[in-house]
Amino acid sequence: MRYPPVRLRALGAVGCVAALAALAACSSGGSSGNSGSNSNSGTVTVAVVSNPLITGQMIPLAKSNFEKQYPGIKVKFATYTEGDLRAAIEKNVSTHSNAFNVVMIGPYEAPLFAKNGWLTDLSKQYIASDPGYDAADLLPPIAKALSYKGDLYAVPFYGESSMMFYNKTLFQQAGLTMPHNPTWAQVEGFAAKLNQPGKVSGICLRGLAGWGDNMAALDTVVNTFGGQWFDMNWKPQLTSPPFVEATNFYVNLVRKYGEPGASNDSFNQLLTLYGQGKCAMWYDATVAATSIATTYPDVYKQTGYALAPVNKTKASGWLWTWSLGIPQGVSDSGAAWKFVSWATSKQYDELVAAKYGWSAVPPGTRTSLYNNPKYQQAAKAFASITQESINSADPEHPTLNPVPYVGVQYVDIPQFESLGLTVGQQIAGAIAGTESVNQALQAGQSAASQYTPAQLSGG
Amino acid sequence: MTVLEDLAPPPEVEVKPRGVSRRERWQLRLPLLPALIYTIVVTQIPFLVTLWYSFQSYFWNTPAPASFNGLANYKTVFTSPAFRGSLVRSVVMTVVAVIVAMILGVLFAVLLDRKFLGRSVVRTLMITPFLVMPAAAALVWAGPMLDPQFGLLNYLLQPFGVHHVAWLSTHALGSVILVMIWQWTPFMMLIVLAGLQSQPSDTLEAAKVDGAGPFATFRELTFPHLRPYIELGILLGSIYLVNVFDAVRLMTNGGPGTATTNLPFYLFQQVNNAFDIGGAAATGVVTVILTIIVATFALRMFARVFQFEEA
Repeated sequence: MRYPPVRLRALGAVGCVAALAALAACSSGGSSGNSGSNSNSGTVTVAVVSNPLITGQMIPLAKSNFEKQYPGIKVKFATYTEGDLRAAIEKNVSTHSNAFNVVMIGPYEAPLFAKNGWLTDLSKQYIASDPGYDAADLLPPIAKALSYKGDLYAVPFYGESSMMFYNKTLFQQAGLTMPHNPTWAQVEGFAAKLNQPGKVSGICLRGLAGWGDNMAALDTVVNTFGGQWFDMNWKPQLTSPPFVEATNFYVNLVRKYGEPGASNDSFNQLLTLYGQGKCAMWYDATVAATSIATTYPDVYKQTGYALAPVNKTKASGWLWTWSLGIPQGVSDSGAAWKFVSWATSKQYDELVAAKYGWSAVPPGTRTSLYNNPKYQQAAKAFASITQESINSADPEHPTLNPVPYVGVQYVDIPQFESLGLTVGQQIAGAIAGTESVNQALQAGQSAASQYTPAQLSGG
Repeated sequence: MTVLEDLAPPPEVEVKPRGVSRRERWQLRLPLLPALIYTIVVTQIPFLVTLWYSFQSYFWNTPAPASFNGLANYKTVFTSPAFRGSLVRSVVMTVVAVIVAMILGVLFAVLLDRKFLGRSVVRTLMITPFLVMPAAAALVWAGPMLDPQFGLLNYLLQPFGVHHVAWLSTHALGSVILVMIWQWTPFMMLIVLAGLQSQPSDTLEAAKVDGAGPFATFRELTFPHLRPYIELGILLGSIYLVNVFDAVRLMTNGGPGTATTNLPFYLFQQVNNAFDIGGAAATGVVTVILTIIVATFALRMFARVFQFEEA
C-alpha cells in the first residue's frame, strides 16, 4: 500500500485548498476600507492601559452609558500593561495598520507622534467646532504636555504627578512628623527608623525595569540631585557625579529599607503592598490616592501625603497623563471623537461620581473638578496636593542645569524608548544586587553613546 | 529542511515508479502540491522577508522608511554583548533544565514502574505539571509560590531560618530554570517509563536468576535499554526548552538587569521595546543559522544511535 486510494488523496487536496482559502480570507479580512463618516455610527476600537481607573470604570461605563447614548456606535477595548501598550500602539500607528481608532498615549508619545504626522490634530479638527468640550478647562501643564505647535493631539483621561504617601499611624508611633515638602535626606532618616524587615518596609519604591517604571521614579531623584541625561550638546551624562550620587542614593535606599524583591515591582505591585499595610512610605504617582481611597478604605484613613521629596531643586514631581488620541487616517473617526470627548468630559466625571462616588473620579485633568465643592469634600485629603504637584511639575525645565530636552521622567526623543529600557534593566540589576551601580551606569552611558548628537537632537 | 534530508536515507530508489511518463509523475505529485505550497508560504516566504529586513535600517518609532544599510545589523549582532549574553543564558538554561529534568525523570520512572497501591493516581499527579499551560504555570510560580511577602516557598522555609527571600530577584535564573524543570520532568518521565515498560521481563528474570542485584541489573541491562529513550527525551526537550519564553516573560521579564534574558526574549525585546526591525531580523537570521548547525550535529549523532540499535 504505497499509495493511498484516490478518494483519500483527493480529500486531502481539498482540505489543503480549504486551508489556503481560509488563510486568504483571513488576510483580506483586515482592510475593510473606509466606512461612511457619519459620526453617530461605527466601531471604536480603543487601546488602553490596564489600570484601575480604566478597567474598573471606563470600560463598564462605556458599555452601560456611552453605547446607550449612541446606539449606532460600538466600543471595543484592547487592554495592555504599560510596556505592551506602547509596543502595540507604536506598531499600529507607525505602520498605519489602523487596528485601533483611539489610542491611549502620554506626553512622551503625543508630541513625537504629532511631529511624525501620525495623529489627528484634535484642536483644529474637532475641539474648534465643539464648544461644549471646554478645552480651556484642562490643567495648563497637562494640556501643554499633550500639545504640538499649540494644538492638542491628545486629550487627558487622567493626569498625575508623583508624591509621597505615608502611614500616619506608624509615623505617630515612632514620634516622627512628615513635612509637607520633605527632602530625600529626611525621607532616608524616616525609612531607617520605620523599617521592620519582614513586617513593614521603610519605603516602597519602584524597581521593575522600564522607562515608565523604575526609571520614572529614579529620574525625579536624579533631577533634584542636579543630574541630567544629556548636556546642552547632547553628550550623555549618566556617569557624571550627580547622576551617580542620585542613583547610589536610590539603589541604597531601596536595598536597605525597601520592599524585598523590589526589582520586580512597579505601580500595581506597590499599590497592593501599600494597600496591605506593608509600606511605611511609598513614593509613586499621585493617582494612587484615588485607588487607595476606593480599594483600601482602612489604609486610606491612615494615609498622609507629602510633595515629591527634593534635594537641590524646589520641586521634583513628574508629570504624566494617560490621554486619548486618534491616529491619522482611521475609519469612523467621527465616532472615535464622540468616544474620546465623552471619556474626557466633565459629564464623564459626573457619571463616575454617581456610580462610584466623587473620590473615585479620574483626577488631574480639569480645573473645574478641583473647584467643585463636592469633589473638594470627598477627596479633601489628596485633591489639593495632587493639583499642587501637577502644577509645580515643569517638563520644559526639569533639571537643575539647562537641558536640551523636554520631559521630567523621560527624554522626549524616539531613541529614549530603547535607551530608557536598557538603563532601566541595568538599574534593576543593581537593585537586585547582580551588579554595582557604577557598572550599571557605565553600561547605560555606553548605550547612550551609540547615538550621535545629531541623531538625538533630531537634526 | 536540509537537516531532515540528512536523517532519512534516500528511499527514492525504491519509491520512484519505473517507466512512468513525466505526465504521470506530475499527476502523482499534484495532490501533494497544496500542502507543499502552503508550507512554503508560511515558512519560507517569511524567512526570505526576514532576510531582506536584516539588511535594512528600519525602526518602527521613526517615520523614516526602511533603507539598505548593508551588514551593519550583523555587525551589531556579533559585537553586541547583549546578544552574546542571551546566547550563553539560552544554552545554560536549556542544558541545565534538560539534564536535571532527565535525571529526575529517570528516577521517577523507575519508581513508577513498580506496582503499588494507587499507582495510576500517583502517575496522573506526576504528569500534571506538563499539562498545565506554561503561562499559567509561570504565573503561579511567580506569584503564590515565589513571592517574597506572600509566597508559599518562603512560608515553608521559615522554620529553617529563611526569611523573605526575593527568589525572582536574587536567584532569578535559578527560579526560571526551576520552573522549566518542574514542567518538563513529567515529559522525560513518560518517555523513560515507556522504555521501561517495553523491557522484556525474561531478561530481567534471567538476571535475577544469575544473582544480579537491582543496581547491577539497572546498570547492565535497564540503562542500555533506556539509552535511545533518554536520547530522544533529551533531543525533544532541548528543541522545546531552547525556545522557552512564557516563563521568562511572565516571571522576571528578562530581569533583573538581563539576568534571565534568553535569545527568544532578547529578540522579542528588540521588536517590542526597541522597535528595531532590522536588528531583530539579523538576530533572528543568526539564531536560525546557529540552530541549524547545532541541530545537524545533534540529529546526526542520534540518527547513528538509532541505526545502531536497530541493527
